[in-house]
Formats: sequence, C-alpha cells, structure tokens
Amino acid sequence: MNHWIVVPVVLPAVLAAILTLSMRQTPTLQRTVSLAGVAALLAVAVGLTVEAASGAISVYELGNWPAPFGIVLVLDRLSALMVLLTAVLAALVLLYAIGSGWDQRGQHFHPLYQFQLMGIFGAFLTGDAFNLFVFFEVLLIASYGLMIHAGGRRRLKAGVQYVIYNLLGSTLFLFALGTLYAVTGTLNMADMAERAAEIPAGDGALLRVGAMLLFLVFAIKAAVLPLHFWLPETYAAAPAPVAALFAIMTKVGAYAILRMYTLVFGPELGVTANLVDQLLLYAALITLAVGMIGILGSKGLGRLAAFATIGSLGTLLIAISGFREETTAAAIYYMLHSTLAGALLFLIVDMVRERRGADTLVPGSRMAQHGLITALFFGAAIATAGMPPLSGFIGKLLILDAVRGMDAVWLIWAVVLGMSAVAVLGFAQAGSAVFWKPLPDAETTKAPAQAPPVALPMVAACAMLGAIILLAVLAGPVMRYVEATATQLHTPGDYIAAVLGTR
Amino acid sequence: MELLFATAIGTLTAAGLYLVLRLRSFPVILGISLLTYAVNLFLFGAGRLALDMPPILRKGVETYTDPLPQALVLTAIVISFGMTAVVVILALGAYLSAREDSVDIDPETDRDEETGT
Repeated sequence: MNHWIVVPVVLPAVLAAILTLSMRQTPTLQRTVSLAGVAALLAVAVGLTVEAASGAISVYELGNWPAPFGIVLVLDRLSALMVLLTAVLAALVLLYAIGSGWDQRGQHFHPLYQFQLMGIFGAFLTGDAFNLFVFFEVLLIASYGLMIHAGGRRRLKAGVQYVIYNLLGSTLFLFALGTLYAVTGTLNMADMAERAAEIPAGDGALLRVGAMLLFLVFAIKAAVLPLHFWLPETYAAAPAPVAALFAIMTKVGAYAILRMYTLVFGPELGVTANLVDQLLLYAALITLAVGMIGILGSKGLGRLAAFATIGSLGTLLIAISGFREETTAAAIYYMLHSTLAGALLFLIVDMVRERRGADTLVPGSRMAQHGLITALFFGAAIATAGMPPLSGFIGKLLILDAVRGMDAVWLIWAVVLGMSAVAVLGFAQAGSAVFWKPLPDAETTKAPAQAPPVALPMVAACAMLGAIILLAVLAGPVMRYVEATATQLHTPGDYIAAVLGTR
Repeated sequence: MELLFATAIGTLTAAGLYLVLRLRSFPVILGISLLTYAVNLFLFGAGRLALDMPPILRKGVETYTDPLPQALVLTAIVISFGMTAVVVILALGAYLSAREDSVDIDPETDRDEETGT
C-alpha cells in the first residue's frame, strides 16, 4: 500500500494541532511551520500526480480494513489533479495571507487554514460516500472560522447566513445518504455503483430520490442557481485571501457531481439515466447568465469577484452536464483555470481594499503600485472573461468545441458567447472606474494609515497570474492529462475493480 | 411502529423547516436542531427497524440488526452537536456586534461598511 496517499489528510491535521497547542504565542514560528507544511503538501501532491499520471488507480485502505467494509482513499487521475490544484492554490494564498499580515488580524488563522486543507484534500481523495460527508463537514467548519477571521459586523452577519445555509445542506446530505444506504446497503462508492447496477428498473424510485437529493447537496456547494444565494455575500464579506482559498471550495461541489454521476449514477445506469444532465445544463446556463450580469451590476470589486466566481461555475457546469468524455475533459481544464483566475481576482480586490480603504467602483486617488495592480487586474479580467491569450480563452474554446455533440448546442453557444461579452463589458466598466483615471492626490477621500506591505503579496499574486499563463502555455500536455482523466472517469469499471479487487 | 416512526420524522422535518424559514436567528437555530433530530432518526431507520436484535455478533443469536446506521447516527450526532455550538456562538457574536439578531442582510445599512480594513 502506498502510504503517501494519506499524507495530504494526516499532515494538515497534525500540523493544525501542533500550531494550536504549542505555537499560539509565536507568530513567526507559526508562519514558518504553516508555510513549510503547505510546501511539503505541494511536493507530495506533485508526487501523487506523477504517480497517477501512469493511469494506475491506487487504493489506500484505512486501518487495513478491506473495502467495502473499511473506508478507502482512492487516488486516480482526477483526484490527484484536484489535490495538486489545491496545493498550488493553498501555497500561493498562504504566501499572500502572510505577506499582507491578514493572518495576524485575528486568532488561529494557521490552524484553521490547515484544517480547511485537510477537509478539501480528504473530500478529493475519499472513496466512501459517508466519509465524503465527514470531510465536507471538516472543510465547512474550518471555513466558518476562516470566514469570520478578523471579525466585524458585516462579516459576522454574513457568516451566520453562510453557516445556516450550509448546515441545511449537510442535513440534506445525510437524508440523501440514508436513502442511498437503505436502497443499496453500502456507502462505499465503488460498491454502491455495483449494487445500483443490480437494481431492477422497476424498483429504482428510491434510488432516484437519493441521487436527486445528493445532486441538490452538491449543487448547493457548487452554488448552482437557484441554490447560489449564500455565495455573493459570503465571498464579498470574507477576508479576501480566505475568499481566494474558497475558490476551490465550490469546485469541491463540482468535483463531487463529476465523481458521483460518472461512477455511481453513470450514464449507463438505466435507473437514473438522464436524471440530472438536462436539469444541470439549464441550471448552469442560468447560473452563467446571472453571474455575468452580476459582474455588470456590482457596486464593489468584492461582489464583482464573487459574481465572476458564479459565472465561471456556470460555464464549468455546462461542460460537466454533458457527461461524455470530451465535455468532461474540457470541464476539468476549465476547472483548473477558473480556480486560479477566481483566486487571483480576490487577491487583487484585497490589494485595492488595503490601499483605498474600500472597494467601491468609483475613481479614487492613485494607489501605491498603481500600475502593477492595474496590470494584474487586467490579466485577471482577461482570464475570467475568457479572452485570448490566457487559459480562460482556451478553456472556453474547448467547452464550445466539446458541446457540439449535445442537443442544445446552439443555445449553449449563444449563452456562453453572449455572456462573455457581458463579462467583458462588466470588467471594462469596473476597471475603468477603479483604475483608469485616478483622481489627483488633493481629492483623496481616505488615505490608508500606513503603506501596506508590498513584496510578498505581489509575489503571490504575480505567481498566481504566472500559473494561469503557464496553464495556457502548457495547454498541450495539460490537455493530454485531462483527456486521459476523462477517459478514466468514463470507464468506471477500472475504479470499481481497483477498490473492490484489492480484497 | 413504522407509521409512528415515519410520522415522527415527518413532523420533526416540517417543524424544523418552518422554523428555519423564520427571520430571527434563535428560531432558525431551533429549526436546525429539529432537522438534525429528524435526520438522525431517518438514518437510524435506513437500517430497517427491528426490535430486540443485537447489532454485535454473539453466540446463540440468529438475527441481527444492521450496526452501520447506528454508527452513522453517532457520527451525525457528534457533528451536528459541534455545528450547533458553532452557529450559536456565531449568532451570539453577530447579535452582540449588530445589536439585532435578524438573519437577513439589509443592503442599505451594510453597504457603506468596508470589509478589508
């Protein structure tokens, strides 16, 4: 058994405990250990991805209990890629949070951050449906703490809403799992896939209910319209570096949809065939439209970035709703891109807030490093709106190409292209208001008390943009990997054999 | 027994949902608690209802009840207990800082406030 698979879960858990118990009083040590931990996770993630790239599906049996009786962690191409993406994002965001001093504005930033990572990694790696619920809870409970980091009235109120919404989602998750367990008698995803296939077509009603409930839960996490209401205020009110990390959390929902509805309720399964794909497609189209129109209507950069997240999720879910190899490959590429682009936007929002004291879309005084921040915003806007030459363009092109086989292809093309234009308009409007023509210094409304730190935050943000550029430059090799990933996802037999065959 | 059990779950869920849709945080928290009770019972029922059957292997016993849902309920209880504690503290913090405990966010009063600093 390859013990490295469990490291992304165990390492943050241990670090979080150490950080809380013995390093509370020493911020420098805390920062060093936290960074070292994330760097180690990044190295492990790279190693795991290299291993998964060979196409082998590795299974880790916790406590050496064989599946389906024990809980398994499964490393295939998709989960390895998501772990790598999370590790990259986590390292850059942590660098930014330390550089900008955000981590010292409240207590327990670093332990919560580690717990958050533990939950996310666990959710990507687990091969057990109930364990997925547990890791969802771990990442959520850490995110509650991070969301209200540094306090403040608006943040606390938004936090209450966020917690309540997600608690309801968790309750729904349990109902779904209870239903599925009652029908299939198992919680191991691979085993569930086998049992679900044996259910006669006439007896599938309960299974369909379970599959639908589960879909609703993941739709809440992925902020699919009309279940997106928690997102804009949460992301706009959360500390911006935290919001940048949250860019991966919505992708956890998208990942879960992709995993469950290719593995367990796959297109070949007669009982649940075509249960969610049409629903998801139209919901995703509306999500995209609302997100992009939201960009146009936002009054602050924070909300703008939040709606950009919703819009890019819409695009992503359109691709996912195809549930065939080519659309899945495009979706995975776009998922990589939109996570990084969304996070970059939030980092820029934070830089503007630090310098202007507010993020409203009105002309203000010249900021420190005005040119650099403007350039970064320009890059992030191009990436998010899907203009060439960055990876957003490639991602959108791939999706447009991949959906050609679907029935609603013209509708999809019309909405995606039309909403891209709206997004360009929204970003242009916001960018010109905030960055284009700074007021002369005498008219400065509010000067920041002290100059914000520059070096580390800039390095982190530029590295994020660099990652987006790299994703565009290396589109060929990345595409080969994600195409292999999609093929692997759509042949669930290998996954099932790997999990259950290790008995 | 099935009828009683199902009715209890239904009533708890309905009451919980009604309370969750209130505007004040206290009823909402009560509603969430009721919903978690409902889901705990539901999970328990997912392993089929059975009387006087042990969940653990024993000599001389032929029929068993499914032990897994009981373990799941235990996990769910622990998690929901922790979550309720978190939401109570959060709601209290929001109440103390805003001096009112409505759950919804009024865009007019919150717009001017800055987030970053």
